[in-house]
Amino acid sequence: MQTNFTPEQLTDPHVAESEGILRKCVHCGFCTATCPTYVTLGNELDSPRGRIYLIKDMLENGRPADEEVVTHIDRCLSCLACMTTCPSGVNYMHLVDHARVHIEQTYKRPLKDRLVRNVLAAVLPYPSRFRLALRAARLGRPFAAVMKRVPFLKTFGVMLDLAPKDIAPTSPASVPGVRAAQAEKRGRVAILTGCAQPVLKPGINEATIRLLTRLGVEVAVPQGEGCCGALVHHMGREEQALSAARHNVDVWTKAADEGGLDAIIITASGCGTTIKDYGHMLRLDPAYAEKAARVSALAKDVTEYLATLDLPRQEPKEIIVAYHSACSMQHGQKITMAPKVLLRNAGFTVRDPAEGHLCCGSAGTYNILQPDISATLKARKVKNIEATKADIIATGNIGCITQIATGTAMPILHTVELLDWAYGGEKPAGILPSP
Amino acid sequence: MPETIAFLEPKPSVLARRHQIVEDLTDILPPGCLISEKRGLVPFETDAFIAYRQVPLAVALPETTAQVAAVLKYCSRYGIPVVPRGAGTSLSGGAIPQSDAVVIGLSKMSGILDIDFANRTATVQAGVTNINISEAVSADGFFYAPDPSSQLACTIGGNIGMNSGGAHCLKYGVTTNNLLGVKMVLFDGTVIELGGKALDAPGYDLLGLVCGSEGQLGIVTEATVRLLAKPEGSRPVLFGFMSSEEAGACVAEVIGSGIIPVAIEFMDKPAIGICEAFAQAGYPMDVEALLIVEVEGSEAEMEAMLASIIEIARRHGVATIRESQSAAQAALIWKGRKSAFGATGRIADYICMDGTVPLSQLSHVLKKTAEIIDGYGLRVANVFHAGDGNMHPLILYNINDPEDAARAEAAGNDILKLCVDAGGCLTGEHGVGIEKRDLMLHQFTQVDLNQQMAARAAFDPQWIMNPSKVFPLEGRPAA
Repeated sequence: MQTNFTPEQLTDPHVAESEGILRKCVHCGFCTATCPTYVTLGNELDSPRGRIYLIKDMLENGRPADEEVVTHIDRCLSCLACMTTCPSGVNYMHLVDHARVHIEQTYKRPLKDRLVRNVLAAVLPYPSRFRLALRAARLGRPFAAVMKRVPFLKTFGVMLDLAPKDIAPTSPASVPGVRAAQAEKRGRVAILTGCAQPVLKPGINEATIRLLTRLGVEVAVPQGEGCCGALVHHMGREEQALSAARHNVDVWTKAADEGGLDAIIITASGCGTTIKDYGHMLRLDPAYAEKAARVSALAKDVTEYLATLDLPRQEPKEIIVAYHSACSMQHGQKITMAPKVLLRNAGFTVRDPAEGHLCCGSAGTYNILQPDISATLKARKVKNIEATKADIIATGNIGCITQIATGTAMPILHTVELLDWAYGGEKPAGILPSP
Repeated sequence: MPETIAFLEPKPSVLARRHQIVEDLTDILPPGCLISEKRGLVPFETDAFIAYRQVPLAVALPETTAQVAAVLKYCSRYGIPVVPRGAGTSLSGGAIPQSDAVVIGLSKMSGILDIDFANRTATVQAGVTNINISEAVSADGFFYAPDPSSQLACTIGGNIGMNSGGAHCLKYGVTTNNLLGVKMVLFDGTVIELGGKALDAPGYDLLGLVCGSEGQLGIVTEATVRLLAKPEGSRPVLFGFMSSEEAGACVAEVIGSGIIPVAIEFMDKPAIGICEAFAQAGYPMDVEALLIVEVEGSEAEMEAMLASIIEIARRHGVATIRESQSAAQAALIWKGRKSAFGATGRIADYICMDGTVPLSQLSHVLKKTAEIIDGYGLRVANVFHAGDGNMHPLILYNINDPEDAARAEAAGNDILKLCVDAGGCLTGEHGVGIEKRDLMLHQFTQVDLNQQMAARAAFDPQWIMNPSKVFPLEGRPAA
C-alpha cells in the first residue's frame, strides 16, 4: 500500500516500524472475513483493513487521535485472527499497539472511560488488590442489575457480573520457591504465577505444578515476579507495560542464571502472547533488548512444553471435550494442534466447535470495556460450543474461562487440569461424574 | 500512481449540497448505518485495486432491501452518483468511489435466507461471503461452485457484479452459470425480481445481462444460487515443468484432448516462491512452472483421468509429479494458490492483470508477457487459471515510486492489448472496473459499445450507477 511519511517522521523508530507494516498491506480485504467485529457489525471501519487505514491516515498526518478513530480502535479485540488470515504478513499486532500508544498520548478520553481504565489498570494486575476488589464486589452484586441500566454505571455493573461468587484463598502454588521433581529429573522450568488467574482459578497453576513435577520436571516459582503487562499494554499505557516487562525480565533472567531454565511456563495464553513479544517491546532499550529476547525465546505455553515430553498414550475415557482455542493461543502464539493432540493422547475425545477462529469476546478487559459486542460474541461462541454436544469445555486462557462460564452451564476447565487428571492427578472439581 | 485514468468530473450541484445530502440520508437510514465524517470515509476510498483512490461523499450501510431502495430513490431524485460495494475486494477498481458519490455497502446484509435441498438452491442476501454459502450447506454434502480466490471475503453481490470465476470454474462454469435469480433495486428505488429457482426463466434472459453488469444496472440485494452435490473425492496433483512454455503446451493438449479436470492452475517460479512462503504447501521449488491439476469423482474415475493427464504431461517433459497425500495437504495446496495475490504483498506491490486467451496462444502470450515486462525493467509473477486461459500476470512494482508505478500501468496495458490481439479478451473474471475502461475500444468497436450503453441506459437513464466505470468517458451519450 502506498504510504506518505516524511523523512523526519521516519526518524521515529515507532513510525518507521509502522510504515514498514503498512507497506506490506495490499488491501486485499481477506482480513475482514475473519474479524469478529466486522462479522458482527458489518462496517469496514470495524475491520482490520478499515482500522489499518484509519491508523495510516492518523500517523501519516501526525494527527492526535480523535473520537472517530478511537471508537473503532477500541472495538478491536486484539484477537489477531486477521494475522492468521493475512496472506501478505501484515503485523497488525505491532501496528495496533503503536496506535494505542498514540491514542493514549494524544487523546483525552471522557471522564467515565478514564475512571474505568484507571481502576482496571490499578487493580487487575495486583493479586492482593484484585482479591480485595472481588470481596467488595460480593457486597455490590445485588446492585449489578440496576447499575447496568444506568449508562454511567453500566461498566461497573458488568464488572460485578463477571466477578466470581467464591473467592479462593491465596494458593500455595503462588508461594515462591522450588518444587522438586517427583520422578527422575528431566527438566527445570519457571512458572508464571500471573495476576488475575491465581485469584480467579488457583487450581490451574496447582494442577500444572503437580503434573510437571510428577513428570520429572523441577518447577521454580521465582520471587518477585508480577503481572506480564498485557493488560496495560493493550490500553496503550506503554511505560507501565514496559516497566512490568523489565521487572519480569530481571526476575526470570536471575532464575535462569541461577538454576538454568528449559522454559518459562505460562498457563494463560493471553500472557504468553505478550511475554513472547517482550523481545520486540524492549528492542529499543539497549540494557534490556538482549535479555528480553532471551526471555521471549524461553516462554512456552504449558501445552507447548508438555508436547515435548512425549507423554504416554492413556486409555480412552469416554469423555467428550470441546476444545476452545483462545485467540491468544491460535492467532497470537500460533499453537493450534498441541493442546488437542495432548488431550486425545490422554484419552479424551476432542471436538472442534464451528467458527473456532472467532473470539469469545473476553479479550482481556474487552468484556468490561465493550460489553455489548462482547455479549454478542459470547452468545455466538456458546452456541457453537454447545452444538458439539461435548461433556466439558477445555481451553488455555483464564479470560475465556471466565467469559464462557457466564454463558453456559457446561463445565469449563483449563486443558492442563484435564491432563493432570489423566496423568495421575485428582479428578478436577466441577467435572461431571464419569461413567 | 499517476492518475492516467480519469474519473468523471464531480457534479458541482452534488458537492454543493453535501451537508443537506448527509442530513437527509441520516434521516433515511437507521442509526449507525451512515458514515459521513471525513475520517471514517477515507478507508472507503479504494478496494483491492489500490493504484486509484477517491474519497466518497458518504457511505450508506443499509440493513434491508427497503433501505437500499430508499437511498437509491433519494439519490436518483438529486442525480447523486451511487457506487455499490460488497467486501471491496475488486482487483479492477469496481468499488472505488468518486468524490460526489454515495457508496452503498451491502456488508450489513449478510444473512442466509433459505436453503432448499429439494431444489438444490440457496437464497442469500447480497452481502454474504462466497464461502459462507458453501459452509452453510457443507455438512449436508453440498457446495456453491464458483470459487474466486478471494472467496473467504468477497460477497455474492460482488460476484454477480463482476460475473466472478475461480479455480474450479473450469468444470462448473462461472457465476452466471450458477445464478438462478436475484432481487434487485433499480436506480430510482424500484425493486424487481429476475429469474427464480429454475435454470431458465421465461422471457428475455435479463439475469444474464445483470450478471457482470458491474453495479450499473441496479443493486442486487438478494440472490438465489445453484447448489451442487460435493464429489465423492477430489485430489490436487502438482506437475512441475522446467519451462513455462512446456507447462502451457501441456494445458492446451489436456483440454484439447477433451479431458476437463475440475481445475488446472498455473504458477511460475516467482509465484511458487511467494505461495510457498505463506502456505508451506510443499510446492516443488526447483521447477520453472507448476500446474495444480485437480481431479474428482470416485477413486477409479480419478485414477483414470490422472493416468491420461500424466501421459500428456510426460510428452511435454514434466519434471516432477506430486500427488497430495492427505486432505490437510490438499487444503494447503489450495490455500497457497488462493492467497497468491495477497501473499505477493510480502515481496512487492502489484497490479493484477486479468486477460483471457485461447489456450493455443497460452505459451506465446506467456513468452510475450515476459518480453513486455523485461522491456519496462519490471518483474512479474504469473499465477492463473490455465485451464480456461484466464491469465493473471502480477506486475511487481513499488507504489511509492511514481515512475515505477507509471511503468507498471503501461506494461499492464500492453499485456491486456496482447491478450486481445491474440484472440482473447480484456477480462476473464475481475470485470472492467476503472482499470480496463479505457482499453474497451481495443476490444470493441464504438458501435458495439453504443449498443451496450443503450442497454445500460434502459436500466439507468440518469447514468448515476457506478458511472465512472466500464465505458470510456469519450463516446458516451450526451447527458
